[in-house]
Formats: sequence, C-alpha cells, structure tokens
Amino acid sequence: MDIPYTVEVRRDTGLTNGKIGIWLFLASEVMLFGALFASYILIRTGAPSWPRGDTILDVPLATFNTIVLISSSVTMVMAWASLMRRRFGTYRIYMGATILLGLVFLIVKYFEYGHHLRLGEFPSTNNFLAIYYTLTGLHMLHVFGGMVVNAYFWGPGAKLWKTNPVWFTNRVEHSGLFWHFVDLVWIFLFPTLYLL
Amino acid sequence: MTSDHAAASMTSDHAVDIDRHVKVYITVFVALMVLTIVTVAISRLHLSVPIAVTVALLVAIIKGSLVACYFMHLISEKKLIYAVLALTVAFFIALMALPVLTFFDGYWIHV
Repeated sequence: MDIPYTVEVRRDTGLTNGKIGIWLFLASEVMLFGALFASYILIRTGAPSWPRGDTILDVPLATFNTIVLISSSVTMVMAWASLMRRRFGTYRIYMGATILLGLVFLIVKYFEYGHHLRLGEFPSTNNFLAIYYTLTGLHMLHVFGGMVVNAYFWGPGAKLWKTNPVWFTNRVEHSGLFWHFVDLVWIFLFPTLYLL
Repeated sequence: MTSDHAAASMTSDHAVDIDRHVKVYITVFVALMVLTIVTVAISRLHLSVPIAVTVALLVAIIKGSLVACYFMHLISEKKLIYAVLALTVAFFIALMALPVLTFFDGYWIHV
C-alpha cells in the first residue's frame, strides 16, 4: 500500500504528511535543546564565577566552523532548488558539497575536542566544560545524523528521482529543514559558549 | 494534485519563482557571513556581561530568523506550521523562564 499524502497535500492541513511530520519533529528538537540552554543559564547564573568562553575555547576555529555550517545550509537549499529546476546533476553537486561541509565541521570539532582532552580538560573538570561537551556533543550527533540522511539522498535514495521526482524533491526539502535547524542551533551555540 | 501534475508545475510554474529564490538565498548567505563577523567583532570589545549577552543574542536572533524565514521557507508557510511553532515558542519561553524565576526565590522568602 502506498504511503498517503507524500506528494499531494491533505485538504485539512494544506500540507503533505512529511512536511507536517518534520516540523513536529523540529518542535520537539527545540524543546530538547531548549532544556539544555535552560540548564546552561541555571548553572552559569548559579556559579560564583564563570570563565569567558574565549579564554578556554578556540574562537577562530569555531568562527571557521560557523562559516562552514552556514555555507552548508546554502548548498543544501541550492540542492533543493536544483531539483525544483529539474537539474539532477546540479543537485548531486550541491548535496555532495553539503555532505562534505558537514564532514569538515566534524573534523574541525575532532581536532578541537582532541586539543582539550590532551590538556586534561574533560567534562568532569568543571561545569563550563561539562555544558560545553554536552551541548556541542549533542549538536555534533545531529550534524552526523543529518549527514547520514543527506548521503542516503545523494546515493541510493536518489533512485526515487526517476520514478517519482516530486516525492524525492519533498524528501530532500524535509531533510533540508532538519539541516537548517542544525545550523540554526549552532548560530546560538557559537556566541553562547565561545564568546560570552 | 497528482505527482505528474506536480512534476509539470515544478518545471513551468515555479521556474521563475525558484530563480528569484536563489537570488534571495545568496543575499541571505552574505548577510549571515557579515553578521558572523559582527558577532566576533563585538565580542572583542569586552563589553559588560549583560550588554554583551543582549547584543550577542540580538545578532543571533537576527541570523536565526534569516535562516528560518528564507532557508526554511517560514516566510511563506501554511497556517498549521505557524500554529505548531507558536505553541513551541510558548513552551520554549516557559522553559527559559524557569531558571530566571530562580532569581526570585530568595526575594519571595525574605519579603
């Protein structure tokens, strides 16, 4: 049996099921990160002293990663726009670039984590590092998850383009919404952890 | 709308729209880059913590809004999505208010 409302919109919602599904999922994600941000505020305001992020963390590296993630958001939306223009070859280039930029982000984070761990700065060292590893670690898991889904739509999942291009375009749009959300979270994490 | 109809509309009806969208995406990308530099530059001014937090969050909110409105197409989304997000924002504000309310713990006890 076919999955209903993957291409045609429901009359009652005016949306495809996939679209409403991904937004409901993102709403739950807002609450997940929101809970951690609230914890950060509570821990920071309750601490007798709190270090400025730039005295412990590498701001130029994080700025570079911010640029990488914002760029990946643009390539992601351009991948979707390419499908809307029915240019599958261009889609593959943009989607490939999105995956590679995600990989660059994770590699930079690997070096950043490695540097701190070599200095003996663990999550158990102090509250600042505990919340830093928790927030950035959860964010990295999201980047990795997004990359896996994007890689599927770049590779084996792209077969759908031949049989049902609209459904495939919708799927890429939903995957893009998640990817942009991951970018959006980083936009708030970067100043919160590194600059304040 | 059947998939065939939708596929046809992807090429003809939306082609001009998509070209316009692409220009907007590039503009937003440049704006996000500039605002990232602004965020880092402001942090170098070593403002007092309350002012630094306010300014940094303001710039982050502008950047986040640009991503949500244009990359996530929230600027032209259906009412149901807005309703879901309105509820999310309400709960998010409540969540952020919880740690802020802890400031008043002592106040209420000692009054």
